[in-house]
Amino acid sequence: MGADARSSIAATFRESSGKAVATLVRVLGSIDAAEEAVQDAFVRALETWERDGIPASPAAWIVTTAKNRAIDVVRRESTRDQRHQGRARMVGDDGTTPDPASAVAERLDEPVEDDQLRLIFTCCHPALGMEARVALTLRLIAGLETRDIARAFLVPETTMAQRLTRAKRKIAAANIPYRVPEREDLPPRLASALAVLYLVFNEGYAGTTDATRPDLAAEAIRLTRALHALLPEPEVAGLLALMLLTESRRPARFTPDGSIVLLADQDRTQWDAGLADEGRRLVLECVRRGQPGQYQVQAAIAAVHADAVRFEDTDWPQIVTLYDQLFALTPTAVVELNRAVAVAEVRGPAAALGIVDGLPLERYHLWHATRGELLSRLGRSADARVAFATAAELTDNPAERDLLLGRAAT
Amino acid sequence: MTEYLFSVHHDYSKPLFDPSFDVDAMMRDTAAFNERAQKAGIYVFAGGLEAPDTATTVTVREGETLTTDGPFAEARERIGGFWVLKLPDLDTALDWAAEASAACRGPVEVRPFQGV
Repeated sequence: MGADARSSIAATFRESSGKAVATLVRVLGSIDAAEEAVQDAFVRALETWERDGIPASPAAWIVTTAKNRAIDVVRRESTRDQRHQGRARMVGDDGTTPDPASAVAERLDEPVEDDQLRLIFTCCHPALGMEARVALTLRLIAGLETRDIARAFLVPETTMAQRLTRAKRKIAAANIPYRVPEREDLPPRLASALAVLYLVFNEGYAGTTDATRPDLAAEAIRLTRALHALLPEPEVAGLLALMLLTESRRPARFTPDGSIVLLADQDRTQWDAGLADEGRRLVLECVRRGQPGQYQVQAAIAAVHADAVRFEDTDWPQIVTLYDQLFALTPTAVVELNRAVAVAEVRGPAAALGIVDGLPLERYHLWHATRGELLSRLGRSADARVAFATAAELTDNPAERDLLLGRAAT
Repeated sequence: MTEYLFSVHHDYSKPLFDPSFDVDAMMRDTAAFNERAQKAGIYVFAGGLEAPDTATTVTVREGETLTTDGPFAEARERIGGFWVLKLPDLDTALDWAAEASAACRGPVEVRPFQGV
């Protein structure tokens, strides 16, 4: 089989593995066993498809093969001996642990949508550290290889493998349940899941060390879209809209040689109108529902930018108002910094600098970059150069650093 | 069902409670918590411990028994008391831990026992 066929099988596998893992965790009561069954199915796919060609519905083929594999495993274990009965198994909705083989086939046919939600809420459980949540989400739900996750977060593969192993062990040992939270517990649990997805997206949009990782951004959008289809809460719609509107600018964000193009200078005809329209529609839906949240307001800000045909057409007073609303929801210094950028367009750079200088963000490269821009507009070139140079020192993203060093040298 | 150790940690390098602290209210709330846990059928065992300087550490190495006055290792934070509760899953355990923390006025560490 050629490399192309293999990579197309791998892509298909990634898209369907999350669904298969989600169902098998419920049936087998163990994340490791579920991963193993899905991995086996992938190996069988490579063999079978090489001989018979890729089936009409490859995703369904993988899920079915993994399920059959799981039934085999359960049958073998229950006939071998009773030793496994005492083994820790994940608890389901009804507070019971999964049945032995007889009932497994039946349970496999329950709707998979709930399984996907269960998997998302388990991977994003607040009893797990943020790093563990992100790693589990990318491994189990997005189906990424451990080495790719390790590369994205700049840690050795063994470190990432240990992080995943430890997280899975904690889920099993501490008995983190495999279920969708009850209504009253849902808001904080959903917030935790959305934070994980947004972190993955941001790492994909502007990486800590890579200029950009389109694959991670695409995975984050795919997962958020899936979550939105399953659980159309306003903040889920808001986060999806924010991602789509932000992603729509990707084609204009870099020159062919990889340099960053700032928002003011981007060729807006290159923006992806399809993504932007989808994002805008979601924002309007959110506005109608009238339950604002931080992601919805950020999406609304992105929509105001998307509405401006030229940078000069941007409705800055509207953006300042939205930032006021965002600050009321999440009063952080970073929100104040972003608000100050909009204030500069409405009330001028001096007013904005007054706000920026009061913020405790000396370790944040964009604080220095914003100061540099405002100082430069005020004609204080020497101070601006120092600010840009400091900003460049504080970022590891190569494209950002080049841009900042360039401005420090002018 | 999983058994969880709920342990309460104190910093023994400082006075346990400042003079204005209402010890009686804390004792009352903790007793009430114990009663709720017993009524719910999740209570396995609980207790408060004497100060760490009452501890004795015993080590057997190559057949020799070494007895040392004091706790195993130097640390400011030590367990002051604990519960063992039997609960269906971690979410339930975390709900009970929130109640336990409010009752005993301290952070509660939730840790699962190994399965048998």
